[in-house]
Amino acid sequence: MPEKTDLSRRGFLKGTGAAAGFIIAGGGILAAGAAGAAADAAHDSNGEKTCGPFRGRMFFTDSLEFQTISEAAERIFPKDKNGPGAIELAVPYFIDNQLAAGFGYNAREYTMGPYYKGAPTQGYQGAMVRRDVFRRGIAALNREANTRYKSDFPDLTDSQKDDVLRVFEAGKADFDGVSSAWFFGLLKSAVLAGVYADPIYSGNNDMQGWIMKRYPGAQMSYKAIIKDAEFQEIEPMSLADMQ
Amino acid sequence: MAKVLKKVDVVTAGVGFAGGIVAAECAKAGLSVVGLERGEKRGLADFQEIHDEWRYAVNYGLMQDLSKETVTFRNDRSMKALPMRRLGSFLLGDGLGGSGVHWNGMEFRFFPYDFEIKTMTEKRYGNKLSKDYLIRDWGLTYDELEPYYDRFEKITAVSGSDSNPMEGKRANPYPLPPLADTPILQKFGSAAKSLKCHPYILPAAIASEPYVNPDGERLNPCQYCGYCERFGCEYNSKASPVNTVIPTALKTGRYELRCNCNVVEVLKKGGKATGLRYIDTLTMEEYIQPAEIVVLSSFVMNNAKLLMVSGIGEQYNPATGRGTLGKNYCYQITPATTGFFDKEMNVFAGAGALGIGIDDYNADYFDHSNLDFIHGALISLLQTGKRPIESNAVPAGTPGWGAKFKEASLYNFNRSLSVSAQGASMPHKENYLSLDDTYKDAYGLPLLRMTYNFTDQDRALFRFITSKTEAIVRAMGAKSVSSKPDSRNYNIVPYQTTHNTGGTIMGAEPGGSVVNTYAQHWDMDNLFVIGAGNFPHNSGRNPTGTVGALSYRCAEGIIKYGSKGGSLV
Repeated sequence: MPEKTDLSRRGFLKGTGAAAGFIIAGGGILAAGAAGAAADAAHDSNGEKTCGPFRGRMFFTDSLEFQTISEAAERIFPKDKNGPGAIELAVPYFIDNQLAAGFGYNAREYTMGPYYKGAPTQGYQGAMVRRDVFRRGIAALNREANTRYKSDFPDLTDSQKDDVLRVFEAGKADFDGVSSAWFFGLLKSAVLAGVYADPIYSGNNDMQGWIMKRYPGAQMSYKAIIKDAEFQEIEPMSLADMQ
Repeated sequence: MAKVLKKVDVVTAGVGFAGGIVAAECAKAGLSVVGLERGEKRGLADFQEIHDEWRYAVNYGLMQDLSKETVTFRNDRSMKALPMRRLGSFLLGDGLGGSGVHWNGMEFRFFPYDFEIKTMTEKRYGNKLSKDYLIRDWGLTYDELEPYYDRFEKITAVSGSDSNPMEGKRANPYPLPPLADTPILQKFGSAAKSLKCHPYILPAAIASEPYVNPDGERLNPCQYCGYCERFGCEYNSKASPVNTVIPTALKTGRYELRCNCNVVEVLKKGGKATGLRYIDTLTMEEYIQPAEIVVLSSFVMNNAKLLMVSGIGEQYNPATGRGTLGKNYCYQITPATTGFFDKEMNVFAGAGALGIGIDDYNADYFDHSNLDFIHGALISLLQTGKRPIESNAVPAGTPGWGAKFKEASLYNFNRSLSVSAQGASMPHKENYLSLDDTYKDAYGLPLLRMTYNFTDQDRALFRFITSKTEAIVRAMGAKSVSSKPDSRNYNIVPYQTTHNTGGTIMGAEPGGSVVNTYAQHWDMDNLFVIGAGNFPHNSGRNPTGTVGALSYRCAEGIIKYGSKGGSLV
C-alpha cells in the first residue's frame, strides 16, 4: 500500500492562509477557490487523512466543471451514516482520470460515421465521445441550474441540486443532440464505478466503497469458506496489495 | 501485393475452442496446421491480476475491439441498421482462445429433442408454430453426437452430477465430481424440490479436483475466487482453449499459431477453397496462406461474414425465402427474478459455472398442449461471485440514486440472489444475417448486419418462465421479489447473453443448409465452417458443449477428407 499523507489542497490553502479569501472572491478566482473546496473535501474524511499522495486532475481544465461533477456525484452517492460519499471516495478524480484515458475517447468502440439518430434499441449513436458528452453535460447542468435558480450547480442547495438532476434523469434537459436521461445514466454508472472500482484507479478511496458494501475486493481464494453458511467478514484487498 | 506463404494442409481462421480442437486433432493425425488469430496471444501469465471488475467486466478488457470491427443492427427490415458502437447485449471474444477464455464454463449437452425438433414437435402437437418459424431437424441425432460430447467433456474437465433425469443418455459419468454444494445453492435446491422440480448441480468445465485430460493437459482445482465470467482463470481451473487444445496442438510440432492476423477473404478457384488472405493487424501487411483444407472457426458473426464477403454460398433473402447463408440467426431470452433476503450470504465467493438448476420446464419435458410456445428454458441459480460496480439490486420502489439508493444497495448486496433462465430461441424468417450496405470495418470490408427481433414465441415463453422463476424465489424465502420485465423488442444495449447462433446452419441435405453434419460446406468440399453458427435453432442451455462436440466431429471429418477427399455424407 502506498503511504497515506495529507497532501490535500486544504493543507496548501491553510498553509498560505488563502482558502477563505479565495472562495469569496469573484470570477475565475471564485472557480479556483471553489475547486479547492471540492478537492479539500475529497482529500479530507472527517478530518482524517485518507488519500493517496498523488491524486490530481488530468482532464477537466475549468475548476467549475470539476466542482460540478463532484457535487453531482455526491448527490448520486451522498455521505451518510453508512460512510463516505462520492467526494470523500475520490470519485471525481476517478471520473476525471478515466475521461483523460481510453474510456474518455471510447477507444475500443466503433466511432466511425455516418451518424443517424436511431431507435433506442440500437444504442448510443452520437458522434461525441465520452469526454465531449461529460463536458457538454456539465455545461447543461449549469445552464439548467442558472435557468431555475440563477446559480451555478455547485452553489445550489442539496434539494435544488436533486431537482436539477431529476430533470436530467427524466430526459427533460437534452443537450447537443444527447438525451439528458442517457447522460444521467452514464454519470450514475461512472459514479458507481468510482465508488467500487479497485483503488488503483484513484476512486474507492482507501477501499471505503468496498468496506461499506462488505465486499472483500481482489482476494485470491475462497476455497476455505465456500461452504460456510455464516457470512464471512474479510478484510478487503486491492490489486495494489499484489504488486 | 499480398505475400504468398508456403502451403500447409489445414489453415483455420480463428483460434478458440473450435479452431483449437480442429488444430489439436488434425496435428495429432499428422497434418500440418496453421492457426490465424486476429487477437493477441495470451495465457496463464496474463491472468494473474485479473480480479479487476472495471477493466475486464465493465470495460470488456478481453473482448473484441469494436473500433476495428463491429456489427450493425436493426429490429426489422424497415429500419436503417446502425452500428453496435459499444458492446452490450452480447460480448464478442477476442484474442487467443476467443470466448473460450472469458466464458463461465457452463458446459451442457443439448437435448435429444433439439436435434429432431421439427419431427418431434409435429408428432406431439401438430403444426404448433406458424410457417414463419423455420424450425428444422439438425440432420444428426443426439445419440450420434453423444461420443463427441463425451470427448469434449473429458478434454475440458467437466465437473458434474449425473442426477438430472431430464436429459439425453450418457455413455459415461462426468469426468469429475460436481463443484461445491454451497448453502446458497441449497436454498434453490430445497425450494425447487418443494415445487416438485428436479434440481441438479450444473455441469462445469471447471476442475473440482486436480485433473489431467486425455491429451495430458493439467487442470487445477477451483479456488472459488469469483472471477470467471468476463475473466481469464489465473489457476488453470476453468478449461479454456489456451490451457487445453492449443497446447495439445503445439506439442505435436505440426501446429503454427499466428496471432494478430485478421482474415479478410476465403480464396477460391475451380470450386475449391485455396487458402486465406489476411492482414497483420500490427503492421497492416497482407499475406496469403494457401492450404489444402480451409476451416472457418471464428465466432458466429465472423464465420458468416467471411463467407459473404468471399461470395461463397447464396445469401438468404427473407422476402423470397431463397438462399441459406445468414438464415436461422437465433439468440435466447433471459428472464430473471431477484429475491431480497434477511440474512447476509457469501455472494462474493463463487465460480462461473457454480450453480444449480432445473430442466422441468426445458425442451419438451413438460406438456405444451395448452401453451402458445414450444421448447423452454433452463432455470438456475448461479453463484458466479457477485461484483460491486454492476451489482446494485434494490427492492422495487427504491429510488435509483441518492441516500435511499445508497442505503438499500449497500444493505442488499450480500442479501439478494437472482434466479435466472435462458430460454430457447426458434428461428424466424425475418431474423437473419447479411452484409451492411453503409458501414465498414477497419480493413474496408462491410460490417455484418443483424436483423433481429423477439417473436411471439419468445414473448410467450418469457412470460411463462418468469412465473416459474418468481415461484422459486418466493419458495426460497425472499421477503420481496423483483422480476425482469418482458421487453417487446430486442434491445442491443443491456447485456443478455453471448449465446448467438445460426447463420451458417447444418443439415442433412444441401437445400436448406450451408454445411453438412461435419460442418463441410455443401458447395466447396475442402471448406469447413464450424461453430454455433451451425445450430439451426438455439436451445434453452449454454451452447459451448455443443460447439465442442460438433468441432470434434468436424475434425474427424477433416482428417477423413484429408485422406479420401469428396463429400463426407
